[in-house]
Amino acid sequence: MVRGNQSQRKGSGGMKSRSQVATLDDLDWQILRLLQENAKQTYSEIGSKLGVAHSTVYDRIQKMEEHGFIKKYEAVVDAEKIGIGHITAHITITTDPKETENIAKKLTRFSQALEVSTSFSELIVVIAKVIAKDQGELHTFIAKSVAPLPGVLRIRTAIVTKNYKEERLSLPFGENASRKKE
Amino acid sequence: MRLENLEGESMNVSSSKVLRNVLREEAFYFFTSIGNYTGQSASSLEEFLQKVKDIDLKSLEFHLFREDFEKWVSQTLGDNKLPEEIRVLRAQKVVGNALRDRLYFVVSRRLKELKSVPSTR
Repeated sequence: MVRGNQSQRKGSGGMKSRSQVATLDDLDWQILRLLQENAKQTYSEIGSKLGVAHSTVYDRIQKMEEHGFIKKYEAVVDAEKIGIGHITAHITITTDPKETENIAKKLTRFSQALEVSTSFSELIVVIAKVIAKDQGELHTFIAKSVAPLPGVLRIRTAIVTKNYKEERLSLPFGENASRKKE
Repeated sequence: MRLENLEGESMNVSSSKVLRNVLREEAFYFFTSIGNYTGQSASSLEEFLQKVKDIDLKSLEFHLFREDFEKWVSQTLGDNKLPEEIRVLRAQKVVGNALRDRLYFVVSRRLKELKSVPSTR
């Protein structure tokens, strides 16, 4: 475990600061992987799986939160089970290049937009994943809130019929799991 | 005579409202299906008429079926007569080029009628 130029015993250090740039060591990566599997695990449970004290786990998690490696914890809700049936759609908006960024930023303000990104293919587009209660609501949202945005040239919408895989970013197991301390 | 003048003025105010250009958020946006925007919009009845000439037939059929034309003309432009005529097209299940032709006809006739109202100024 390294912090700056000082060697430290396992558990107490974690992220090292090199010119104020924080990086992760093996133990941090392992903790992150366990949190991604189940963020409700206790510090003790994580500690016992990794062979370190719960206080070490606490310390590492605190630091990863402070440095923004862990952005947030959230519940993944099953919309159907809680009775708010909804539809998901991917919309591709062809834009006037001068307005692409503005359109993307404006879209982020709508609660219906779950993800918003820009892309360069033959044309510059904004891609968004949106949800709505039903098709009527989806169309109203696009017609009343998206189409009128300055610079929107065309919109293509694909309604999701079935999801085969939906996961958050998974940390790489192979390469980083075997990454050695310096 | 006095009554006629008042009616004429009232009709004129009404027609100028229907013929006005609306804000971007109030314009009519042509879609071909749920969420699929053609890139064509109309900010006035005049512009709407021009779009009817060339817009994808799928778009005309999509909006006629959803009653979008009537809603926009009555709720946004404030005209009650034209929606009645558009409603007839839907009731008669007019589709394809016949829909384009008849929609163009009823809109252009109504436009002409509204424009013919003498100005009080």
